[in-house]
Amino acid sequence: MQELIVILVDGLVFSSYLFMVAVGLTVIFGVMKILNVTHGSFYAFGAYMSATLIGAYYETDLPEFGGFLAIFAAALIIGVFFGVVLERCLLRFLYHRDEHIIVLATFAMFLVLEDVLLMIWGTDPYYAFEPMALLGSVDIVELTFDVYSLTLIGLAGVVCLGLWLGLTKTKWGKLLLAVIFDREISQAMGINVTVVFTATFVIGAIMGALGGAYIAPTISVSPGIGVEVIVLAFAVVVIGGMGSIPGALIGSLLVGISRAAAVHKFPEIELFVIYAIMALVLAIRPEGLFAPAQARKI
Amino acid sequence: MTAVLEVRDLQKTFGAVVAAKDINVTVNEHEIIGIIGANGAGKTTFVNMVTGYLKPTSGHIEFAGRNIIGLPPRAITTLGISRSFQVPQVFMSESVFDNLMMAYAITEEKGMGLLSPMYNDERAGRVDAHLDRYQIVEYRNATASTLPQGVRKLLDIAMAAVSKPTILMLDEPTSGISVEEKFGLMDVIMEALRQDNTTVLFIEHDMEIVERYVSRVLAFYQGQVICDAPTAEALVDPGVREFVIGEEYHRTRTENGNGNGNNRDDDQGSTDNA
Amino acid sequence: MRYVDKTVIGLSIAFVVLVFADFFMAEWMRFIGLQSLARGAVALGLLVLWRTGLVSFGHALYFGFGAYTAAMLTLIGFHDAFFLVFAGTLSAGVLAFLLGFLLRRYRAIFFALLNMAFSMILYGVIVKTEELGSTDGFSLGPPTFLGYAPEGEAVQTALFLFTLVFTYIVTVGVHLYMKTTLGSMSMAVRENEIRVEYLGYSAEKVIHVKYVFSGLVAGFGGAIIALAIGQVDPDSMANWTVSGEFVFITILSGIGNVGATYIGALVFELIRTYAFEYAPQVWQFILGGSLLAIIMFLPDGIWSLFSRFRKSEG
Repeated sequence: MQELIVILVDGLVFSSYLFMVAVGLTVIFGVMKILNVTHGSFYAFGAYMSATLIGAYYETDLPEFGGFLAIFAAALIIGVFFGVVLERCLLRFLYHRDEHIIVLATFAMFLVLEDVLLMIWGTDPYYAFEPMALLGSVDIVELTFDVYSLTLIGLAGVVCLGLWLGLTKTKWGKLLLAVIFDREISQAMGINVTVVFTATFVIGAIMGALGGAYIAPTISVSPGIGVEVIVLAFAVVVIGGMGSIPGALIGSLLVGISRAAAVHKFPEIELFVIYAIMALVLAIRPEGLFAPAQARKI
Repeated sequence: MTAVLEVRDLQKTFGAVVAAKDINVTVNEHEIIGIIGANGAGKTTFVNMVTGYLKPTSGHIEFAGRNIIGLPPRAITTLGISRSFQVPQVFMSESVFDNLMMAYAITEEKGMGLLSPMYNDERAGRVDAHLDRYQIVEYRNATASTLPQGVRKLLDIAMAAVSKPTILMLDEPTSGISVEEKFGLMDVIMEALRQDNTTVLFIEHDMEIVERYVSRVLAFYQGQVICDAPTAEALVDPGVREFVIGEEYHRTRTENGNGNGNNRDDDQGSTDNA
Repeated sequence: MRYVDKTVIGLSIAFVVLVFADFFMAEWMRFIGLQSLARGAVALGLLVLWRTGLVSFGHALYFGFGAYTAAMLTLIGFHDAFFLVFAGTLSAGVLAFLLGFLLRRYRAIFFALLNMAFSMILYGVIVKTEELGSTDGFSLGPPTFLGYAPEGEAVQTALFLFTLVFTYIVTVGVHLYMKTTLGSMSMAVRENEIRVEYLGYSAEKVIHVKYVFSGLVAGFGGAIIALAIGQVDPDSMANWTVSGEFVFITILSGIGNVGATYIGALVFELIRTYAFEYAPQVWQFILGGSLLAIIMFLPDGIWSLFSRFRKSEG
């Protein structure tokens, strides 16, 4: 029973984390049809920026809870800056190229940013545990969980709800859905696809950065965190169906809980299990769980 | 007359939509059959089922002494039923010559032969003869994507005919072709196929084409064959006049219709002009 | 009429020159050359797939599988290079053959990512296996060659010669294969699978054949690298970034010519070695930057420089 609760809570926390990083990736893919490897860099930069800002904040005498603002500020700064720069200065020149080439270009950019990260922050790890320490821990059926990690679940819920409302209830969201559904027709109907692309990319980048920024207090922020996260996000997005937000949600839950179960029950297959699920899902549903089936065309 | 293709009780449903119902057709050797019907009547679905692209919900399709339902297109092609497409399916970035070279090589090589060089002078000779027969010699070295629509259609049909099939099914050979060119195009196709004694079934919207080239008509309406008769008889059949020809017949005659209104076929989910 | 095949002549000349050079070149040059040959061979497999319209982001799977197969065999007492490389190649080929039944149904980004998923499974298994040294990997001793047991620099000289002979055979073989009907079907499948089916052949079968081939050469490359470095570890053999590097080499080379993959691999190795030596802080920066530059300004790869040059000459 206890073990089950641990698996469930750990699984939910990990799922929330996965959702945070995967949702930006899937939104970008849905609208722009770009599989963005640089998403891993957004995550890493978000984490470093967050650690730095949190550190700077607690040097001052400002109220303790303000440290949380530093997290969101970090995500916004990184997301907006990299989102705009990358989309405007690189990606827009590649839209007419083969999809594989675009993936490769983002992979190249990812390599470049890995070293930029080292240039700015060096190789030593950063710690910014203050917000986590601040919230303390809580006991659930005699088991201790730190509250900060649990708030991640809430954050993922808020992001998910926000995206859902934003997409279905606002004019902007509907435009976006139209572009996801059919880019050419949308263009013909007078939707400014250029603006939609830039906005989407920036939103996606903010999501990625927020994932990193929010997780930063719970980890040692060190080189290489982007490499690991991007393949996890790929797995989630592919399982859920590329471009599908509900898919990202279900994919995150599936992967998060399975991994938590593996960690507690069979630690030796922890890494393996995620990709095994991905391979299994693709074998049964080649387009992922939530992607619409498409008729082949003659 | 020997029957080469027997279709019995063919049904196809997509969810609640009935795309084909109670289709019974016997095709005899060397026949030229026209398949007519309004958009969505089930013509392309019929062709797709016979050539293995769609699996019927139920029924029998007998060809070469066996039931071919469930066989993939490649197996049916190898048995002797070939097809062309409403939207030409060619190798777009290759030359006309290389398109046909590939078609000949795939048709002629089996097993270890696949590992012999694709190009050889004898095969090139056959390709050139084929180009000549379909009167596209002047486009020999042109890239397929740059061809005029009519030539690309000819190339598509020429590729389908490489294997000298017993039956060749043409899906709207004249769609997207200007009225002035239609008859020239059909003359070339029919003459080329006649030399191989090919049995031909083709989907057509233009009744003048049907009248001129076809000996027998299959008229489709709402997934069913409402008329199967010699051409002259079928074209005056009241059902056909009401449900198939309708105003179309008059329009193509009086307006010299540009072919836009009546040559798109959107048989439920089975075709698309994308 | 028998015309002379320029590519075969070019490859043969390069082969002879390199065989002689092997006995004179400096050790570091031979090491870079060995790496380039091995990675070039992997890229050759990717080139064949690319011509079929498919890109794999997971060929580190076969590379790593070949490398670890060879390395594990040394643990149980096998040291002959012929046997180790043969086993590495074959095991990767068998794996590709089996997975091919699934992968041949996928196209585009799904193909790329499903490959990646499988490669990450291997990565996960290696990382979690203590017996295989986990993330540190393990070392293997110098190989022997049919009883000949060289020492010191002679090991690399022999290994280079060994690799050269096999890559030469494979590369000429691939070049000739491309001209066969099955080889040419790469183009047909890339351009229009429906037409291929309606000409009477299975597009999936074509893809499967190419896939097994790409697995074989990737296993070959992996086994060679394992012997050349004398060490295997998951991060430089099976992680997804390794797969990315192979695609990088393919892009760098362009898909115009089979020989170009080795030039691409050499350029890649040079960039990596020098960037790592002289600017260890920014080697990924330089690598990524050159990849971006190639994508933006040389979309058909390095080989297009040669063809451009040739065109302006004639």
